[in-house]
This record gives sequence, C-alpha cells and structure tokens, in this order.
Amino acid sequence: MTAPGLHPPVLEAVDLQVGYGDGAGDGGGERLVLKSVSCRFEPGWTAIVGPNGAGKSTLLRVLAGLLPPRTGEVRMDGRRLADLNARERGRRIAWLAQQGEVTGELTVRETVALGRLPHLGLFGTPGAADEAAVDRAMAEAECDGWQDRRLNALSGGERQRVLLARALASEAPVLLLDEPTTHLDPPHQVALVRLAQQLAHGRTVVTVMHDLSLALAADRLLLLQEGQVRCAGAPADGELRTALEVVFRHAIRIVQQEGQWVALPQLATVPAL
Amino acid sequence: MMELPRAVSPVPPVPAPQAAERLAAAAAGHRRQRRRLLGWLVLGLTLGLLAGLVTGSAGFSMASLRSDLAGEQAWLILGEIRAPRTLGAALVGALLGLGGALAQGLFRNPLADPYLLGAAAGAGLAVVLVLAGATLGGLQMSLTAALWLEQVGLMMAAFIGAIGGVTLTLLLARGALHTTRLLLSGVVLAVLLGALSDLVTVISPDALRGKQAFMLGSTSFLGWSSVALMAAGLTLLLGLALRHSRALDALTLGEDSAASLGLELGRVRLVLVLLLSGATAVAVSQAGLVAFVGLVAPHLVRRHAPGAHAWLLAASALMGAVLLLLADVISRALIAPQELPVGVVTAVLGGLYLCLLLNRRGRSA
Repeated sequence: MTAPGLHPPVLEAVDLQVGYGDGAGDGGGERLVLKSVSCRFEPGWTAIVGPNGAGKSTLLRVLAGLLPPRTGEVRMDGRRLADLNARERGRRIAWLAQQGEVTGELTVRETVALGRLPHLGLFGTPGAADEAAVDRAMAEAECDGWQDRRLNALSGGERQRVLLARALASEAPVLLLDEPTTHLDPPHQVALVRLAQQLAHGRTVVTVMHDLSLALAADRLLLLQEGQVRCAGAPADGELRTALEVVFRHAIRIVQQEGQWVALPQLATVPAL
Repeated sequence: MMELPRAVSPVPPVPAPQAAERLAAAAAGHRRQRRRLLGWLVLGLTLGLLAGLVTGSAGFSMASLRSDLAGEQAWLILGEIRAPRTLGAALVGALLGLGGALAQGLFRNPLADPYLLGAAAGAGLAVVLVLAGATLGGLQMSLTAALWLEQVGLMMAAFIGAIGGVTLTLLLARGALHTTRLLLSGVVLAVLLGALSDLVTVISPDALRGKQAFMLGSTSFLGWSSVALMAAGLTLLLGLALRHSRALDALTLGEDSAASLGLELGRVRLVLVLLLSGATAVAVSQAGLVAFVGLVAPHLVRRHAPGAHAWLLAASALMGAVLLLLADVISRALIAPQELPVGVVTAVLGGLYLCLLLNRRGRSA
C-alpha cells in the first residue's frame, strides 16, 4: 500500500450553495441542491450518507472541482480549489463516478493507465514509475487478473473495480468515491471497505455510500438531509447514531455487533413512506 | 447512448498458474487482430490503387488498359486523369474516415458522422450561393471568369461554407463543452441552412443542377492540385489528431471523469471539433458530400480490431481510403462508359451495411 504523503490534505467546504437549472430566474426557478453546506474532511475515511436526493453526489462533485458552486468555495489545506488548474487538481484529487458509463473498447490496463493522465498530460510518454503505479492500482483493486480484457466484456462489478483502479492509479492524496460498492457482490463490498480503511492511512478518503452498515465502517460519517448537513461524527458518537435513525425514519436501528456498528432494517415496524 | 452490438466473449475464471499465460495470450490476440486488419487494409489499398489506374471508360479491362498504354495519350490518361483521381479518392476517403472516427469518439456515439456539426449544410449553402451568383452575374462576366469561378470558386466556397457551418454551430452551442447542446445546434443549423439553400435554388433554378452534383459527391474532377492539398491536409490533421487521441480515450470514461483527470474539456473538445471540421471541409471541398464513408469506416475498424483511439483514428483513415477507392472503381466500371456519382455508390453500400448490422442485431437480441 503506497501512502502518497505523510500529511494528506484537509478538504474544507465553506458555505456551499449549489443549484441546478440555468439560474436565470434569480434563483426563483432554480432548485437548490445544497443549501449552505460547510464541512471539513480530515485525513482518514469519511462516508457521506443521507436519504435519496439529499445532495450527496452533488457535494462530492463540488469537492472534486467538477461542479462550480453558486456561492461558497472548497479549500484544500486552506488553498482555494478554484485556483488550481485542471491538471494540478487531477494530481491531488481522484474522483470515481457513480455509474461507470463507459463507451469504447479499451482494455482494462489501458483504462487504468488513464489514471496517469494528470501526471503525463496529453502528450507525455508513460515511464517506469507510471507503469508501476498502474500495476499497484490494479493489484489493490483486484483486477490485475484480466488486464487485457476489454471493458465492455466485463460485468458491472468487475468494471467498477477497474474504474476504482483507475482512480487509485493517479496516487492522489484525496480520493472521492461516489457509491463505490454499487454492483459489487458481498465479498467485494467487504474488500472495498477494507481497502478504503487501508487507503485512509495517508490519504483523505471521502465516499458516498448507500449501504449504511458499510458506511458505519468509516472513521467518520457526514449525514446530509435536504441539502444541509444534519450531523457529523464518528460511529461511536451516540448523537450521530440517533440522527441517523431519525433521518432514516426509524426504518433502521443502529446496533453494535461483534465490535462493529451495523444498521438493522426494522422489517416488523416499517413506517409508511 | 446508442450501442451497436459487439461480439462479447465471456472468459471463465482460470486458476492462478494459467492466468499469466492467458493474459499474454489475450494481449497477443489484440495485437494479432490489429496486425491482421492492417495487412488487409494495406492489401486493399494497393489493389484499389491498381484497380483505379486500370479502370477506364471501357470499364475494368486489361485489354483496354493495354491499348490505353500503347496509345499516344497514355501519359495524359494515366498520369493526368486516372492517377490523381484514384489517389484523390483514397485521400477523400481517408479524410472522411478520420473525421468519422473523431466524431464518434468526441460524441461517444457510434452513429456520429463528420457531417453532424453543420459542415455539410454550410458547404451546401455556400456552393449554391456561388452557383446562383455565377449564373445571375454570368451575363456581365467573361466566359473564362465564369469558368474560373465555377472551378476554383466552388472549392473555396465549399471549404469556407463547411468551416462557417461549424463555426455557427459552435456559436449557437456556446462552445464545445456540452455534447447535447452541440448536437442540437448542429441539427438546427442543418435545417436552417438547408432551407436557405432551397430558397436560393427556387430563385435561381440553374443552381439546382450544380447543387445536386455537389450533394451526390464526385471524384471525377480531382487533379494533382487537389491531391497535393488533401495530402498536406491529411498529414497535418492526422498528426494533430493522433496527438490528442488520449483525450478521446479519456472521454470514453464519461465527461466528468475525463475532466477529473485534468483535461480542460472545453479547450480539448474545441480542438477536436476543429480537427473534425478541418478534415470534413477539405474532403467536401474537393469531392462534395460523399455519404456514409465517415460513418462506416470507424465502425468496420472497431468491429474487426477494436483498440485505443490512436489506433482507431489511423486505421479508420486507412479504412476510409480503401472504401472510397472501392466505391470509385465501382462507380466508374458499373455502367461504363457512363459514370455513377461516387456518393450514390457509397450510400448504397453503406446503407446495405447498416441494414446488415440492424438485421444481425435484431437476431441476436
């Protein structure tokens, strides 16, 4: 496991407002997806959780610099993210899309090697260090067994692991993963959680997760509701657990089993949605 | 996103000791696929060029070739007519194949073609305007001036029209950042410019005949100057396109992912649009709107030897050259001594190919 830096950066969102729409109607016709979100992401693993439509993926895209906020800003170690150019940003922040919408016929290795683009630029030639980073990333995401298969011949879960390897190959100190466990079977979900825990030593890892039990394996959770931060804290924090149960309308109960926190679905007393 | 069927071969999991061998075999398999296609394309190009030299007004026949060579005008016929025309057809095909591969990569859609962004409509309108201008103003002009205008003026007009069409599309779409906006603008502009050129042909019916010739595409008038121009254009554009091929590879992951990899999407896509429209404009100015080559060439390459875009771009150019050579020879030989417009041949062949694809897709679905 390579640690890209001894001091992984702190990512900070300051008073973010994000809306979709053309913004022509003075905010009137625009739906605000994030309403004044401020939060801090320390080195280690933070999982963003919340109901559907809470703004989780939007927040991650803003953190990645892919979506300019309407107001507010993202800072990395105090420096404005907007001041970095695209390649600098790509070297420091790796982002994994929610759905691997992939076209074309690249092989697994060619795809993972794209993770080196922020270092090489369009015209650079990959060197030994780049190849080594690609090898390591494929090994970490467990897709080195089929590096010459084509992406469109893989299953959804396999493809997800390749795309994860692509994100790892850039060796960025900040890793933003949007729903990395989608399409994965339970063994690979567990493997991904373990990988995230390992990566968190020496990186700032932020994941959006739907599966609450998996998210509870993170160092910290950030709970979003309707575009606002509802609560943030470690799973051991009783206040956070209560907030989770409330926000998810008591459809789950968070209990400790064998030393880990899990979200139990309350099948007998499901509230009407 | 539309998907056309591809052969999918599931590889069963293999025990670890065999995996390495399998891996090497798979990599070698991809290389072999590409080498084989390259071999076929080079063979096709050679045969096509030969066939182009041999095919004359008597069709495809060795006997007439011998009499052509023995005649006094051998040099004129072979050196000044057939050779540039044949080479020119190959170059038009190569430019359109390159344009098609760029368009399909840029729009991440296997049905994109080089004419999408208003290049065809712009060139069409410009040609009609020049034709109408020439016939309306022809009364005052000397015959040579009118002829010059028709020869050189039409090429210039088509080139400027194609570039102008794409520029308008880019303006309407406010840059090349948003795919949907870009495609929609291209469609809207094609309709508008098409209507304008229809209007001109109503006012000046003489322009209609010239317009029709342009729309059908033709390789009959390609001379050495066209060959030189297109060869220079192809070298430059293919070189630049290959340098940007990694951007097209990154775009296969989706636009956001490409942006997260440090690509400045707006700038990179603008460069790609300019390369695409440059290739299209050069080809269209020399040979009119030859249909389907730009759509089918990249398809055939991806079907038989898929790979990264550096390979796709180069192989699609080669494939386009072979396809248009083939179509050119057919257009000359089929009803010799008459000639079919080459665009009609490519449209029929391309249409049949798409029908075949659809039919296969229907059966496999």
